[in-house]
Amino acid sequence: MTDGPGRSVVFERVTYSYPDAARPALDGVDLEVAPGEFVVLAGGSGSGKSTLLRAAAGLVPHFHGGTFAGRLAVGGLDTHEHGPAALAAVAGSLFQDPETQVVMGTVRAELAFPLENRGLGAAAVARGVEEAALALGIAHLLDRSTHALSGGELQRVALGAALAGRPRVALLDEPTAQLDPVAGDELLGVLRRLNEEWGTAVVLAEHRLERCLSAADRVVALDAGRVACDADPRGFLDWAREHAPQLQTPGARLFALAGRSPAPVSVKDARRALAAAPAPVRDDALAEGSPAGASSPGRSDDGAAGWGGVARRVGRRRRGPEPVLALKGAWLERPGGAAVLRGVDLVLAPGEQVALMGRNGAGKSTLLRLAAALEAPTRGSVRRGGRVALLAQHPGDYALHERVADELPPAELAAAGLDGLGARHPRDLSGGERQRLALGIVLHGERPAVLCLDEPTRGMDRGHKDALAARLGALAAGGTAVLLATHDAEFAAAVAERTVLLGDGRPVADAPTAEVLAGGWYFATQTARILGGAALLPEDGAALLAREPVAGAAP
Amino acid sequence: MIHLPRASPLHAARAAVGSAWCVVLAGVALAFEHPLVITGLLLVVIAAAAGAGVARPVLRALAFSLPFVLVIALINPLVVRDGLTVIARLGTVPVLGALDVTAEATAYGGILALRALVVIGCFALHSAAVDPDDLLRAFRRLSFRSALTAALATRMVPVLARDARRLRDAQRALAGPPAPRHAVVRAVAVGALDRAVDVAATLEVRGYGAARRPPRGRRPWSRHDLAFAVSAAGLAALAVTAWLADWEAFAAYPHFTAPVDGALLGLLAGLALVALVPYADRRGMGA
Repeated sequence: MTDGPGRSVVFERVTYSYPDAARPALDGVDLEVAPGEFVVLAGGSGSGKSTLLRAAAGLVPHFHGGTFAGRLAVGGLDTHEHGPAALAAVAGSLFQDPETQVVMGTVRAELAFPLENRGLGAAAVARGVEEAALALGIAHLLDRSTHALSGGELQRVALGAALAGRPRVALLDEPTAQLDPVAGDELLGVLRRLNEEWGTAVVLAEHRLERCLSAADRVVALDAGRVACDADPRGFLDWAREHAPQLQTPGARLFALAGRSPAPVSVKDARRALAAAPAPVRDDALAEGSPAGASSPGRSDDGAAGWGGVARRVGRRRRGPEPVLALKGAWLERPGGAAVLRGVDLVLAPGEQVALMGRNGAGKSTLLRLAAALEAPTRGSVRRGGRVALLAQHPGDYALHERVADELPPAELAAAGLDGLGARHPRDLSGGERQRLALGIVLHGERPAVLCLDEPTRGMDRGHKDALAARLGALAAGGTAVLLATHDAEFAAAVAERTVLLGDGRPVADAPTAEVLAGGWYFATQTARILGGAALLPEDGAALLAREPVAGAAP
Repeated sequence: MIHLPRASPLHAARAAVGSAWCVVLAGVALAFEHPLVITGLLLVVIAAAAGAGVARPVLRALAFSLPFVLVIALINPLVVRDGLTVIARLGTVPVLGALDVTAEATAYGGILALRALVVIGCFALHSAAVDPDDLLRAFRRLSFRSALTAALATRMVPVLARDARRLRDAQRALAGPPAPRHAVVRAVAVGALDRAVDVAATLEVRGYGAARRPPRGRRPWSRHDLAFAVSAAGLAALAVTAWLADWEAFAAYPHFTAPVDGALLGLLAGLALVALVPYADRRGMGA
């Protein structure tokens, strides 16, 4: 059976349960995506976003098994009758982990693979490869080995392979999770161009909605496998304000806390609204804001930063006489290769929380490895004032036992919020649970003087981020310095009092977070962009809006 | 061993030709027994690896294989009773009987080991310099899925090696003694299953399950394709000629005789010349 060509994706009362699952991952989903439509899937971890995309790709149930009810057609092909291989002709899919999304040895072969599977001739394959490579900005990688690519490069290559055949529908599960803000924006620009110029329907699951909402025609919010909201972006933000505040974008949250409506879909919307209507601020709305100190650690404690200023009182507290980590002129040069780090100077005081930001390949992960003594500098020195713990990008690497209970003592499992899960295999934990277990394992034993974290919020929803931020705050209060490599400007603003921006292996900025993330084009929070850098987080921004006229926010 | 892209004549040759050249070179090593020829071929393989810019990994592969070839060298004198020059009497061993070690069997064990080194070197060079994707493309018209399975199996090796390295690093950064090696190996093995499932899902959504036989592609022969094809044919022809003309006067048993004469030296020089000439042309190698 085939569906008419008028709709790209049609879900009709689709209910699906994974094998042995206690509850359905999709529960009575009705959804239609029109050709050329750009749909964003929103929802917390475990809400069913990935399962919905896997169902549309035909992997559910053909590959994963389980119980499937209802009807689902993609590009006119009914998934009851057509498996993922057949659906690949009409739908390009990209899932979360780029390392398992690449199957060939070189980038050129990877892009050619789906085209060759369709039986295209050599000329058509070569043209498809060139066009996909140019569209994704990876032409310079074509002859590179896939095993030599960084995570961000792999993600773009995998996306190129998904889109090389110019499918009618692109199914994308957090494609920007591994990317720095620049690469993430570039990738979303490519998706928008595919959508607008080729008419490719895009279904995109994303946690950081502020990145993609302005490109969306519709937002579908999922909750426990059900469609909780299906509306245009503005309608979704209005719904989220009432029903799911954790799904609000920072801009929408800023407006909500400031008692303004409608919620802005984009930074441009917000700035225009603020410039046009320097309206009074509702007192009750301000009361919704977080208590002082709960937001940016970098902001001025007395709130005196003002419109044009940035907080400068950062880094004073708990700064002891002896640093817990000191890199002095640290270089790391690969044998026969490039210099990854070039004369890095970095000092961390006890209890200090520092964010490390920069483009993919700037040297962030390498710097953390140097700090944790996994590598030694080829020049310069690293001094440590105690144990340096490292939580690397793959939390699954820390659990070696068959049961969660064998990894940590019961008290520490409870502290990590994992009591009751002791009998599970670590690989059966959810992403957030696995992250908490890994953090517990890293912190087990001698209290670390420094805790390094490499992209800890990748794929995390806001609830989990808030919990992690609270945990890091508690550790810092106890004297452990935190060094956090991240692309997530909002999380850095919430956690770090100081931010180091790495460029080409050397620090290009090392200043209070409020200063670094307020004025950047890419490395800036959405609130900072809306308010011209006067505040980093919605809570601070709303407080400022309560005191100041807002016309100054206009560019 | 993984493919290492380099700007070299062997890398620039199409995979089918490069692969055939490596296989023929290994075949030549198997066709001769004279220690001078085998040693010369080993040097040819190392020179070819240097010409392809992959000397280091090929030498590393040879070093890793030393224990294996040493076993070959040791086993031969213990199990072969041929040869007239007894150099050690090790008594009677159950099942094996009297163990008399002869100089001829010992020398021939060394030749077998040397020959194994040449073959291993050829395939290390093959792994490092012949593009597996291009090779897959060449063979997929014959047996698409078998070729792809083989290519994926080789691709999983570096992926799992990277997993193991990451796991080891993660354990090193923890407080307390490092985790035992077997625990890391077990975790990598369990992770390999997850990896395999994820890769299989990716294959499905890239259309592998519905793959059709690709049409025949026409790709003009480059100077390197021609050079290595001619070289492979020349090596094979030289080997056959030498075998038919009996240029290699060698006998391991009962007395070890390995005379060096003009014909043998000419054979050796011819093999080296024919094998290495393609590396002299450094034009049009690409990136």
